[in-house]
Amino acid sequence: MSFEKVEHELHKRRSSRNIGVGLTLVAFIAIVFGLTVVKVTRGDFEPESVRVQQENG
Amino acid sequence: MSDASLHTPTQTGEAGFGDYFALLKPRVMSLVVFTAMVGLLAAPGGVHPFIAFCAVLFIAVGGGASGALNMWWDADIDAVMKRTTSRPIPSGKVAPGEAMAIGLTLSVFAVIMLGLASNWVAAGLLAFTIFFYAVIYTMWLKRWTPQNIVIGGAAGAFPPMIGWAVVTGGISLESVLMFMLIFMWTPPHFWALALFMKSDYKEAGVPMLTVTHGRKVTRAHILVYTILLAPLAIGTGLTSIGGPIYMVTAVVLNALFLWGAYKIWRRPEEAAKADMYRSEKSFFGLSLLYLFLHFGAILAEAALKPYGLGGW
Repeated sequence: MSFEKVEHELHKRRSSRNIGVGLTLVAFIAIVFGLTVVKVTRGDFEPESVRVQQENG
Repeated sequence: MSDASLHTPTQTGEAGFGDYFALLKPRVMSLVVFTAMVGLLAAPGGVHPFIAFCAVLFIAVGGGASGALNMWWDADIDAVMKRTTSRPIPSGKVAPGEAMAIGLTLSVFAVIMLGLASNWVAAGLLAFTIFFYAVIYTMWLKRWTPQNIVIGGAAGAFPPMIGWAVVTGGISLESVLMFMLIFMWTPPHFWALALFMKSDYKEAGVPMLTVTHGRKVTRAHILVYTILLAPLAIGTGLTSIGGPIYMVTAVVLNALFLWGAYKIWRRPEEAAKADMYRSEKSFFGLSLLYLFLHFGAILAEAALKPYGLGGW
């Protein structure tokens, strides 16, 4: 049994589309990660009572 | 639907990533990005730079999604008009159903992501903008009234208002004035283009003012809208987003714009034909500079404020 990689003509034809979609998904993951980091560090997800307590010192 | 619907596009060839990106009308998106960014930076207060970046990105994606929906609905018109035959759907690279699916998916995605990243007022405004452009303008007004450009221009005028709402969570006089600036600028800008770009609107069944009411009436409309635009643009300079830089820019540009509109109104069609529409072309060029410099001046005022230089 051979495990040789078969390069189908379809792969070549769709390569730009596949690479584009792949990069878009990676960018989306990075954006969601970045947003989460910013929101967590700013305390956006803290309950209101905790936030008021922190603000009052 | 017009007779243009006889030209149903059929899919040929394989679409690359660039063809799907072209569905989002990247050139229109660049204006959306710039004006949304100015609205966001001019707003009082501030947001984290990464949230600002994401907000502008989602506003651009939302604008692009409405562009894809526009291309899906207008595929029959685009197949008739020379200027638009190379678009992804009429050229057969992307199927109409695909464009619709991309448009709808990205619309929902952009609105939800903007809501999560900033606030739901901004997200609601983005949702309304997409609805306005795709349904009110594209599906309804565009093929029905020669005032299509006037009312449809509102869709392009919302981005600075959304940018402002990202920071403030609301609407204010300043954001309404930025909206009005683009709204009132759109008709003279497009009608000047329609005067020298002999497009195939008639064949496509699109009631452009130049076709339905003639070129003389279009010239008068350009002048009227330019007269209405001037006090609005200068008046914006008296609010919190204005300042000396904006005021000088607005006074000079509006004087030039009014002079250009007056020249267009005064001259007969024969004279325009004789010099290959020189005044109309230079007015159109000035209109691009007009909007860019007005928003550039608002941006300059906002950028100088932290140093005690911007604003009044």
